[in-house]
Amino acid sequence: MSVDIRIRNAVKKYGDNTIIPDLSLDIREGEFFTLLGPSGCGKTTLLRMIAGFNTIEGGDFFFNDVRINDMDPVKRNIGMVFQNYAIFPHLTVEKNVAFGLKNRNLPKEEIAAKTDQFLKLVKIEEYRTRMPERLSGGQQQRVALARALAITPDVLLMDEPLSNLDAKLRVEMRTVIKEIQNEIGITTVYVTHDQEEAMAVSDRIAVMNEGDIQQIGIPKALYQRPANLFVASFIGLTNLITSRLEISNGQTYICLPGEYKIPLDTIRKEERRAQDVILSIRPEELYVKPFGEDGVAAYVDDAVFLGLNTHYFIHFEDGEKAEIIQESQIDSIIEKGTKISLGVKTDKINVFDTEGKRNLVEGVVNDLDAYSGAL
Amino acid sequence: MRATLSKKGDVWRLVSVLILVLYAVILVYPLARLLKVSVITPDGHFSLDGFRAFFGQRYYVRSISNSLKVSVAATVISLLVGVPLAYFYQMYELKGKSLLQVLIILCSMSAPFIGAYAWIVLMGRSGIFTKLLGGIGIKVGSIYGFKGILLVLTLQLFPLVFLYTCGALKNIDNSLLEASINMGRSGTKMFLTVVIPLCMPTIIAAALLVFMRAFADFGTPLLIGEGYKTFPVIIYDAYFAETGGNRMFGATVSIIGIIITACIFLIQNYFSNRHKFTMNAMHTIERKQAHGLKNVLINVYSWFVVALAFMPQVYVIYSSFQKTSGKLFVPGYSLDSYRFAFTHLKKAIPNTFKIGITALAIMIVLAVLIAYLVVRRSNFANKVIDTLSMVPYIIPGSVIGIALVLAFSKRPLLLTGTVTIMVIALIIRRIPYTIRSSVAVLQQIPLSIEEAALSLGASKMKTFFTITVPMMGNGIISGAILSWVTIITELSTAVILYNANTITLTLAVYTYVSRGSYGVAAAYATILTVTTIISLLLYMRVTGNKEVTL
Repeated sequence: MSVDIRIRNAVKKYGDNTIIPDLSLDIREGEFFTLLGPSGCGKTTLLRMIAGFNTIEGGDFFFNDVRINDMDPVKRNIGMVFQNYAIFPHLTVEKNVAFGLKNRNLPKEEIAAKTDQFLKLVKIEEYRTRMPERLSGGQQQRVALARALAITPDVLLMDEPLSNLDAKLRVEMRTVIKEIQNEIGITTVYVTHDQEEAMAVSDRIAVMNEGDIQQIGIPKALYQRPANLFVASFIGLTNLITSRLEISNGQTYICLPGEYKIPLDTIRKEERRAQDVILSIRPEELYVKPFGEDGVAAYVDDAVFLGLNTHYFIHFEDGEKAEIIQESQIDSIIEKGTKISLGVKTDKINVFDTEGKRNLVEGVVNDLDAYSGAL
Repeated sequence: MRATLSKKGDVWRLVSVLILVLYAVILVYPLARLLKVSVITPDGHFSLDGFRAFFGQRYYVRSISNSLKVSVAATVISLLVGVPLAYFYQMYELKGKSLLQVLIILCSMSAPFIGAYAWIVLMGRSGIFTKLLGGIGIKVGSIYGFKGILLVLTLQLFPLVFLYTCGALKNIDNSLLEASINMGRSGTKMFLTVVIPLCMPTIIAAALLVFMRAFADFGTPLLIGEGYKTFPVIIYDAYFAETGGNRMFGATVSIIGIIITACIFLIQNYFSNRHKFTMNAMHTIERKQAHGLKNVLINVYSWFVVALAFMPQVYVIYSSFQKTSGKLFVPGYSLDSYRFAFTHLKKAIPNTFKIGITALAIMIVLAVLIAYLVVRRSNFANKVIDTLSMVPYIIPGSVIGIALVLAFSKRPLLLTGTVTIMVIALIIRRIPYTIRSSVAVLQQIPLSIEEAALSLGASKMKTFFTITVPMMGNGIISGAILSWVTIITELSTAVILYNANTITLTLAVYTYVSRGSYGVAAAYATILTVTTIISLLLYMRVTGNKEVTL
């Protein structure tokens, strides 16, 4: 039985130190929802407030229509997967999974059946009698997941569950987690600082910084139309270039280094006026042309071949540096020092005000805006 | 991240309250009573006569300086002997290193006054070595007084320094030493400028422990000190004089004792706060085989100091099988001493186990609960409990004995002369160690394990008993065995509180040593040593390794 989670004006303080000043959020029933942000942004704190392991200093938390602020963590019916797995080291795999079921005083047969079911679901049944220390990291992770799900919780909470695994296993396990979540359809709140991982598993992501949510949206929205400069630079790589908007003959232009101007049609109507701006151009939104063709003049400083792509580190004529990514070619890597021209995929780039608070481009979707009235 | 679970209706609050009440009765009240008696005359007036009497007499004041001199010297020499020994033990392959370690642990666990009496028999005025060496024209200086106390205390205490330092060395990551060597610093220079500083927090802690033990030890100076009176002897004398007459003076001397040890603790605290850091080795130091002269020297050094420290115990065991006539040893061997020991003071052996096991059981339960409160439920009340439980760590044992007598010698709290008061004394004296080891074990268990249990629907108590306690299991048991050994060798508090019905093995040894019946004393001491050895073997069995860390 999944629930939706409603958080209104949440406040978290440690003494005089405010971690979360005022946070509102809706998580839909059955959704895979991720809290993403740098360490110290308050994402784990928020998760633990939902779990009941942190006190709540202000605001309201609801599961469906039930206010859970003062509900004992034991009664919230939450499955939780911890960063260090928190597998009981003195119990076998089987007993770990059965632990929560036994607390519910279910009949023995039902406990056995459910334990079986979830051991199978996470594909760990052949290790059922093993002690946890004889399992690999990935296997421990599966036990933790089975144990959390076995109690048929209303909500599944996961606190950086993959951060202790090596890179390859991390990719494998995130697929496992995503598949199992899809299969069960349980409302899931997932915490991570890894933006790639977040995009791989989530239905929607909330990007957090310093206790505030910056943007909530589907992965595509966050990457392509970030609401502000923080989101633009936290998710994926981007080049930030100070620039100006100029209007001539009713057409909006942006100015690139070397007095090179490009028309830009994506700016929102009310923002189409001469003003200083910051451009956010992702490395793949620039493309290399032979020198002399129409484009921004630049010099190659270094090239890094990474297989599928080659990264070029360049500088413009005014000295500003940038990174660009090109699909690797069979014949050539551009030599250091080569002078090149750069084209810009103008439909993709984002333009922010000088404070970096607003994206001036059309098509920004931020679910957070729903609360701006309530704040 | 700190756990701040819902605060209302928590079982742990009740536990906090109960423990606070317990400490109020068995510790705060006796100490308050001690303070009151020291400054309030029997007719109810405030008076500093006791302090005046103490500081007015050079005899008393000198006992403080004597004690400080002996304790500082014993601490410094114990460090100088124990730290290099630990370094050799952890860094190099020593011959018979397992046996060496077992011997060192045994040395650390015997009662110091047994060492004192053995040394008297060996090197005293009519000692065996004294006569032997005298026969070939070598004159041994006097073993009595300052030198004797220092010798006995040092040999008793360097093993503690060794065990502490070994613990610290095990936490040093091998790569730190490799880095040092890589940057051109090895050998003695590395030992002095890298290894020692890395062990500093532990060395400072060991120094405090050694100093407090040396300062509070009263059996050794009583036996071997002769005219060299130390402070604990004065406390003891004052108490036994006090039972006849002036209670105030006994209390005053006790209060002065507390003030001195508290000052020392504060000084130590100041230094240890400046040297605070934690280490956790991913790759521990691997022992290397030393070669040539170096190998010979470190082996000779290690075995020499350990043999010297263990010799008294060997001699005590040997002399327990010697034939005696009256109080004197005569040629030949017999089991008479044992026969006498088992037929007299029949209660000593059962008492040792009865009192010891009762104290141990209560202590473990209390220590685990207190450790949990301190680590997982940090709040004001639990900080008070933490501090209270550590107070006895810095109070000389005889002072605690006197405070308990003052507090529990009247109805309705008439406990003097009972097993109960002996048990209480042992608990408050030894629980600081058990709490520290339980805290250390608990800190190793991630909080999220308990949160996992809670989120899976287990109640707080169920979580504690089915998850936390089993996970602490081995740590608790190994800590308990070490506590057990310190319990059965406890003297300084028990000597104030015991009577014929509550006498224990250690007290029996003390009684017969002070009566001069060395044969019987040796028999009791041997029984004690055997009990210690069995406990130690049990400990190694439980922990599954030969490495004892305090």
